[in-house]
Amino acid sequence: MTLELTTGDQSMLHGEQGSAAAAAMKILVAFAKAVGARKLLNIAGAHIDGCLYHGQASLDFVERLIEGGGRVRVPTTLNVGSFDLIHPGLVKMPMSQEAPARRLMMAHLDLGCQATFTCAPYQTRFRPRFGEQIAWGESNAIVFANSVIGARTNRYGDFIDLCCAMTGRAPAWGLHLSENRRGQILFELTGGLEPSDALFVGVGLLVGQKSGDRIPVISGLPQPRDEDQLKALGAAAATTGAVALFHAVGITPEATTLDEALHGLAPEEKIRISRADIRHALARLSSVPDGVQLAAVSLGTPHFSHEEWMRLLPLLREVAPGRGVPIYVNTGRATLTRLQDEGALAGMEAFGLVPVTDTCTYVTSILERLDGVVMTNSGKWAHYAPGNIGLSVGFGDMEDCVRSAAAGRVVRGAP
Amino acid sequence: MKAPATTGTFHLAGSAQGPALVLSQALSFWGGIDVETGDIIDHSHPDLGGNIAGRILLMPSGRGSSSSSSVLAEAIRRGTAPAGIILERPDPILAVGAIVAEFLYKISMPLVVCDISGIASGDRIAIGLGEDAQAMVSKL
Repeated sequence: MTLELTTGDQSMLHGEQGSAAAAAMKILVAFAKAVGARKLLNIAGAHIDGCLYHGQASLDFVERLIEGGGRVRVPTTLNVGSFDLIHPGLVKMPMSQEAPARRLMMAHLDLGCQATFTCAPYQTRFRPRFGEQIAWGESNAIVFANSVIGARTNRYGDFIDLCCAMTGRAPAWGLHLSENRRGQILFELTGGLEPSDALFVGVGLLVGQKSGDRIPVISGLPQPRDEDQLKALGAAAATTGAVALFHAVGITPEATTLDEALHGLAPEEKIRISRADIRHALARLSSVPDGVQLAAVSLGTPHFSHEEWMRLLPLLREVAPGRGVPIYVNTGRATLTRLQDEGALAGMEAFGLVPVTDTCTYVTSILERLDGVVMTNSGKWAHYAPGNIGLSVGFGDMEDCVRSAAAGRVVRGAP
Repeated sequence: MKAPATTGTFHLAGSAQGPALVLSQALSFWGGIDVETGDIIDHSHPDLGGNIAGRILLMPSGRGSSSSSSVLAEAIRRGTAPAGIILERPDPILAVGAIVAEFLYKISMPLVVCDISGIASGDRIAIGLGEDAQAMVSKL
């Protein structure tokens, strides 16, 4: 199979548009050949998951593109980094690690990327539209863009997302093409389930575990209260599996009907999900029983939306936890600025609220205490935090988390 | 005397020689390799405790997170990477890691896709450039 390049692609490849564009095109062409694409296509935007510092090579790559006069060619957002640039005192890191971690984030700005530093670029003004071709990194953002918005991206990552941004091109393969977006495995929910936050997390965990590399279709899912519940479902499915696209019948835009989601074909497999399956999947997220002492609460993985803040803040005022248990909330800097402009956060530190931007509490050293139990409403955080930062997790909904902070111990099933 | 060579497709061209390390299962570089030493550290992998540095690494395919691109590039920079990698099926993530390392550090670690049956761990293997830019894989 041969890869056909346009004259524009050839011009970039041969260095007529600078050495950085040439390098990006060369890498993109190698990648396109390895995935068996026949051509490249134009993209409308990119989201780069390159700001977490993994080693010298990642920083060398961005610095070399800057030296070669590199600029991104499409609107490009940035995922979280290892550092909170807005609240620098929050992250406890030796200077030898802090300097390259900060530089990696800033170097991306020199390439013309936007200083979003969020894992939820779909909450920003750079949110893509239905049907748009994009090249996104970050698993929760990918699944949200494909499933909830109906934009089109594959699972891009390391180096390649930036090469797409630098060339404005992506290989024409996988989920960029309509015929590859067909649902293949059908999950049938039974038992008239209530649309609680935990339901969407539980369904996401199960769908991720059982889909393998097939595209899941979910039927019987109750109408979500808002898109944040679908965000939680997608993030969980992309945590326990490699899900880049799900269809929820009657809810997501490419699944008006079951038939549309399946492109008129029969599913390759059907799996029933019962209330008990969901309860079991959620129970496995918690490694502690009710009643144990609580060190902190962590919300906002993926980053808290403005709507989630509008549900949290009245709850904080009502329950009024003291300062004893910090309540960390990861959120995008644009969302934080909006809240500050609205005066919504005034006095909230008295309830233990600690907003975190630009990063996430499970990828860097923010939590004051790692010896205790942390409570979260995020399936993704509950899954990764014990391995990443070595602590015990209690999973509960947002209200459980706030009431637990007030009680100083894990309390679930609030009145 | 060289045995007859197998031809393959280069995903990154180059020449290399070294002892073969044949893995029966795909290995994810991210979470599977210690970049400081080249040791295999994936506890679920049958070749746990082996070392990839300087070897010709043969396996069915790549596996896992796209962060493996960064790990391979970093291992090539540090000199803890294989001398060459031969896969049965193409892997875009390892291809990106190899080409980024070549771009940054001018080190060409060849990446070849071809039939790997007939090669056992310990065989001395040479990868070279054949006619029509094809990869030539031979036992020494």
